[in-house]
Amino acid sequence: MRLSWFNVVSLTLGFAFLYIPMVILVIFSFNESKLVTVWAGFSTKWYGELLQNEAFLDAAWVTIRVAVFSSTLATILGTMAAYVLVRGGRFMGRTLFSGMIYAPLVMPEVITGLSLLLLFIGIGLDRGVLTIVLAHTTFAMCYVSVVVSSRLVTFDRSLEEAALDLGCSPMQAFRLVTLPIIAPAVISGWLLAFTLSLDDLVIASFTTGPSATTLPIKIFSAVRLGVSPEINALSTIMIGIVTVGVISASLVSKQAMVRQRREEQAAARAQ
Amino acid sequence: MRRLVLILVPYAWLLALFLVPFIIVVKISLSDVALARPPYLPQFDWAEGIGAFLSELDFENFVFLTTDSLYWKAYLSSLTIALVSTLITLCIGYPIAYGMARAPEEWRPTLMMLIILPFWTSFLIRVYAWMGILSSEGFLNQFLLWIGVIDQPLTILNTNSAVYIGIVYTYLPFMVLPIYAALDRLDGSLIETAEDLGCSRLSAFWLVTIPLSRNGIIAGCFLVFIPALGEFVIPSLLGGSDTLMIGKVLWEEFFSNRDWPVASAVAVVLLLILVVPIVLFQRNQQKQAEAEG
Repeated sequence: MRLSWFNVVSLTLGFAFLYIPMVILVIFSFNESKLVTVWAGFSTKWYGELLQNEAFLDAAWVTIRVAVFSSTLATILGTMAAYVLVRGGRFMGRTLFSGMIYAPLVMPEVITGLSLLLLFIGIGLDRGVLTIVLAHTTFAMCYVSVVVSSRLVTFDRSLEEAALDLGCSPMQAFRLVTLPIIAPAVISGWLLAFTLSLDDLVIASFTTGPSATTLPIKIFSAVRLGVSPEINALSTIMIGIVTVGVISASLVSKQAMVRQRREEQAAARAQ
Repeated sequence: MRRLVLILVPYAWLLALFLVPFIIVVKISLSDVALARPPYLPQFDWAEGIGAFLSELDFENFVFLTTDSLYWKAYLSSLTIALVSTLITLCIGYPIAYGMARAPEEWRPTLMMLIILPFWTSFLIRVYAWMGILSSEGFLNQFLLWIGVIDQPLTILNTNSAVYIGIVYTYLPFMVLPIYAALDRLDGSLIETAEDLGCSRLSAFWLVTIPLSRNGIIAGCFLVFIPALGEFVIPSLLGGSDTLMIGKVLWEEFFSNRDWPVASAVAVVLLLILVVPIVLFQRNQQKQAEAEG
């Protein structure tokens, strides 16, 4: 198959549409002027001001703590849930369980946030970092479990059985055989949970109290007043981190694929 | 024993932090607003028993939603905005996915990464990026004035058009990915056969390619429609004061008016509306999984 002119045009326009807004944002974070739409020369002063803005730094620190705790917890719970869904067999209330795994994925954030807030108030839990962590863990674990279970489904079960036959305890078999094989899915689940938590505005706004402000909440309240070069600088830093992360992750997985193919070829030759 | 622990831990977590909160929302939607902390009545009291508690619940808030035109207008305009933007996203997303599927093999991982990258970038930032573009002295107006298409800056920011642009932009990857996955699996020889049998290229596209990528189209449409319906960030940053979307109404009902029972009732109705597309989406996914399995 060859690309027609129509394909080339639609790809070019499509990617231009996706990337031009972000490119403009990045370029104007280096603008000298306070006016964000008029170019007045190159400057990094907004980055300097950002680093001196205590409120933003505090919010960033809260956000990172919440993201690390909630994504780690979500990965553990989500992997357990995936294991139960794929390997658990039949048990009472299995349908309800899988329903509760899939429902949060399509639930509007405003409803998730509202319902969790009403719960926290109902049981008298003080709102702050802890309640955001609980909320983020709950919806992120569902994403993790979907990612991990798609890997578990394609996994050759006889490997686990072989380990058990050779004298492993079930725990050892999981640690030595299953975990290394599903590790890439577990890691991408963690990364997904981490980004979801970093990104979340709505659920965090509902479940937080006056003691904890996350970066998205801070950005949202600043942005409501209009565009500012400081937010552009902050956005550029965040876009930069994500870009480096995604590119390096895809390079690593490409390398792993090449290595696997080479090993398979070697194994085929040996036979 | 170990198996029991494995099942119980995530199960109990989801019951406590997903199902129970939701039951609380339903319960409060049936309560009355009150000047108390927390601001609703009745509170559950063990001494009076469940019967007395249930007798105080009523559907007042739901009746209120039907009498105040703000709410049903908001539901209606959310549905319209979500539906129209889903169709626009499909019209923009399909050609992109089609181009990706026809691109040379060695380009595809890169194209794929370029589609996924925005997905990992902060949602809030991607919406924010459009504020600087669409404002009256923004880049779009500067550009249009410069090439001479218009001589007065257009008002786009804080209108529904900006909301459409925002939704299409942020949810485009959700549309492209499932369609690309469907087109990638498509057997190219089928199209060649159709052409050999006398179809023109265009009619082969309509009669073979589109029907065979149907599952991808359906999945993509639901993946855009469902989150767009309850969207809050986009209407509140890009929309105007006359942009009615139910996510925004719920937020304001809760944070500004502090009317928790009505906010809960709004949430319950929104969820009831969402049940239909969600069930249809699940069914489509299952059918697809069976077809592959």
